[in-house]
Amino acid sequence: MKIVNVTHGSFYALGAYAGASLTGAWLARGYPPALSYAVLLVAALGITLVFAPLIERGILRFMYAKDEAVILLITYALFLVLEDVIKLIWGVNPYFIAEPYALLGSFQVAGMAYPTYNLILIALAVIFGGGLAWLLNSTRVGKLLRAVIHDPEVSRAMGVNVGRYYLVTFTIGSLLAALAGSFTAPTVSVVPGLGVEIIVLSFAVVVIGGLGSLPGAALGAVIVGVVRSFSVHYLPAVELFVIYFVMAAVLAVRPRGLFSLEEPRKI
Amino acid sequence: MKRDRTPLFIALVFLFVISFGFLLPQWAMFIVTIAIARGLVALGLMLLLRAGLVSFGQALYYCLGAYAAGALGRFFGLSDIYVQMLAGGALAAGFAFVLGFLLARYRGIFFGLLSLALSMILYGLLVKNEALGSTDGFNILPSALFGTRPEAGWVRYAVMASAAVVALLAALLVHRYLNTPLGRLAPAIKDNEIRVEYMGASARRAVHVKYVIAAALAGIGGALAATTVGHIDPEMAYWTTSGEFIFIAILAGTRNVLAPFAGALLYGVIHTTAYDLSPNTWQMSLGISLLLLIVFLPEGLWSLFSRLRWR
Amino acid sequence: MVAFLTPQMAIILDTKNLCKTFGAVTAAHEVSAAIEKDSVVGLIGTNGAGKTTFINMITGYIKPDKGTIEYDGHDITRLPPREIMRLGISRSFQVPQLYGSLGVFDNMMVGLGIVLSNAGLGGYFSRGSALVPGYGRPAEEVAEHLLGRFGLLEYRDRNAQVLPGGARKLLDIALTMVAKPRVLLLDEPTSGVSAEEKFGIMQMVLDAARAEGATVLFVEHDMEVVSRFAQRVLAFYDGRIIVDAPPAAALAHPDVQRYVAGRRA
Repeated sequence: MKIVNVTHGSFYALGAYAGASLTGAWLARGYPPALSYAVLLVAALGITLVFAPLIERGILRFMYAKDEAVILLITYALFLVLEDVIKLIWGVNPYFIAEPYALLGSFQVAGMAYPTYNLILIALAVIFGGGLAWLLNSTRVGKLLRAVIHDPEVSRAMGVNVGRYYLVTFTIGSLLAALAGSFTAPTVSVVPGLGVEIIVLSFAVVVIGGLGSLPGAALGAVIVGVVRSFSVHYLPAVELFVIYFVMAAVLAVRPRGLFSLEEPRKI
Repeated sequence: MKRDRTPLFIALVFLFVISFGFLLPQWAMFIVTIAIARGLVALGLMLLLRAGLVSFGQALYYCLGAYAAGALGRFFGLSDIYVQMLAGGALAAGFAFVLGFLLARYRGIFFGLLSLALSMILYGLLVKNEALGSTDGFNILPSALFGTRPEAGWVRYAVMASAAVVALLAALLVHRYLNTPLGRLAPAIKDNEIRVEYMGASARRAVHVKYVIAAALAGIGGALAATTVGHIDPEMAYWTTSGEFIFIAILAGTRNVLAPFAGALLYGVIHTTAYDLSPNTWQMSLGISLLLLIVFLPEGLWSLFSRLRWR
Repeated sequence: MVAFLTPQMAIILDTKNLCKTFGAVTAAHEVSAAIEKDSVVGLIGTNGAGKTTFINMITGYIKPDKGTIEYDGHDITRLPPREIMRLGISRSFQVPQLYGSLGVFDNMMVGLGIVLSNAGLGGYFSRGSALVPGYGRPAEEVAEHLLGRFGLLEYRDRNAQVLPGGARKLLDIALTMVAKPRVLLLDEPTSGVSAEEKFGIMQMVLDAARAEGATVLFVEHDMEVVSRFAQRVLAFYDGRIIVDAPPAAALAHPDVQRYVAGRRA
């Protein structure tokens, strides 16, 4: 949508909180833990459907005409607001729901114990990533969406309901963030500030992969993950900054990222 | 030709602070000093904003300045306020000079993201650095002024007054710069960079210069903040810190050199008040204020002021 | 091809055998033209014939694959646009390139500021009003003077982006004059201007340019404007100059009729 969206991080946090609290309630009532995965899914979906249209229709819709830097600031402001909304709804104490994670145990890979739960995360990424790619490339709706993003004016002139497409796009994007948050919740303690680090990391991923490119985002994520793991293992001192170093390097050498559609604004 | 009264106002404001500031209670002096520190950073941001560039990583230089001041004390036993500010500004300017060769080639979101990445690199480096205290950071030596340590009650005032002196100079110098041909190039670069090149100027060089100046200002601000608070930590390089400066710069607008300081003061007041009223909703207050600003006062505080004047 | 040169006129701009291809498209093939000082030359041709490529090569925006461009004795073939501007060649744009958020007067002041700083004047440490090189007066006076020449004084304080079409064109051209160029390249100076205004604008532009001693090359599609104002016409087709003659002869030439005006010979 050609907006750099800091609010995305809020949806990650919202997903995490919704997932944690809903699953917590589910398990507390004694319902089958096996179904907790579905609960996580539902939580993410629910929270997105509540907040995304509200934000997009209520605020963002009026701002698309503004400068890209201004839109970023607007999403940053929204992020700040949502951080506190989360605190107001869920309080400041950490949430722990380890059951979905612990339930699946781990298995042996190359002499190390690998948590089975992580396979679910991978599966989710593949399913939703693949699904999105299919949607964008092979369906009529997807192609219309790409047209709208490319040139909203012309699309509007051709009778496409651009507003609705923006709403749908924003919702889908936020849903993905919420899903990520929700399914990551069992592996961490859910605390305020969850969105803060993830958003800047995801900027790094997107920059590395290339703005506006789906395969790029996937590649970027893999690169970031691998680089991070390697550095934690071999050079812990650089763990935190190595990602940003790669991000800066990509921006310096190939600003378009590895698969990008966007031309970097240089002279 | 209208007489430019701004230098007069600048002088009045800061001389006022220096002359009468000692009457303020300690907590107020703290707020004023921090406002000056943040105002300096925002002033630099304003320079870049006028050229259409939003730096999401000014915290890089703010933090460098702070750590320079801290290192002077920790490793050399120096805590003279002016030396700290000078060191902070110089270190920041040095880095900016080098990094500027890369950054001055970018515009728009790429400039923003690259500056962000650079500041996060510093954050990552500092967090893992044991010698500089990792995430805890370290404390700064009590301030000295021209070789002597002021008495306990007068330290705050000494810092504030020094801050005002530096801010006075900075504001006057920047104001002067904005009225030179190169200073006036900024809105032209923002509007039509191609035309600028076609008229024989180098936009890249102009941006590089502005970037270094902005960094120096941020470095001075960082050193000042460090010595006022008495403590430094890696959080000063985190992206949320850059966010605060951007908020202040937006609040201030790009019209007047005094505006960033006024904006910083207002920000400090909002921040403290909102936090005291309700610690769990101060971010929300900030977010809502930012939204309202963007929608209703896109030109910043000063537009409100000038609108009233021409009534 | 009829070359129109009188030996005693000084050549200020000399392009020799310029060649440029973009993939399969030949934008320029052995384009040679020697432009005399103080002349007014019209460049005509259909879209894609190579006129804009010609101008872009002279101004340094693109580099020719082969050939040389000499300006006032200097080889400027490989220089960047910035350097070429500083040597005294200016161009205007088909779509006016203005500083939209600034006022008309401020647009001129930005340009004059650049000229001053290129000359090392009016910098941070200077005092008072520096004199603009070539005009010998302070920047504000030169701005007023030029705006007056182009009839833009009434728009002095208006933002550039709200100007009517003709005024935008004039401002775009006025901006090219701040450096007191010796060669002025105008890219379709009357395009987008209403029929009644075309002649007036062209006259204004040429008067201003000639008064400041500039040689003018202009790209035009309107043959009436060309025949009225040009002293010499270069007709382009398919990357080549097919006719080089005074307007009357050029416009009557069968090749021009066919390839430029589109009439069957």
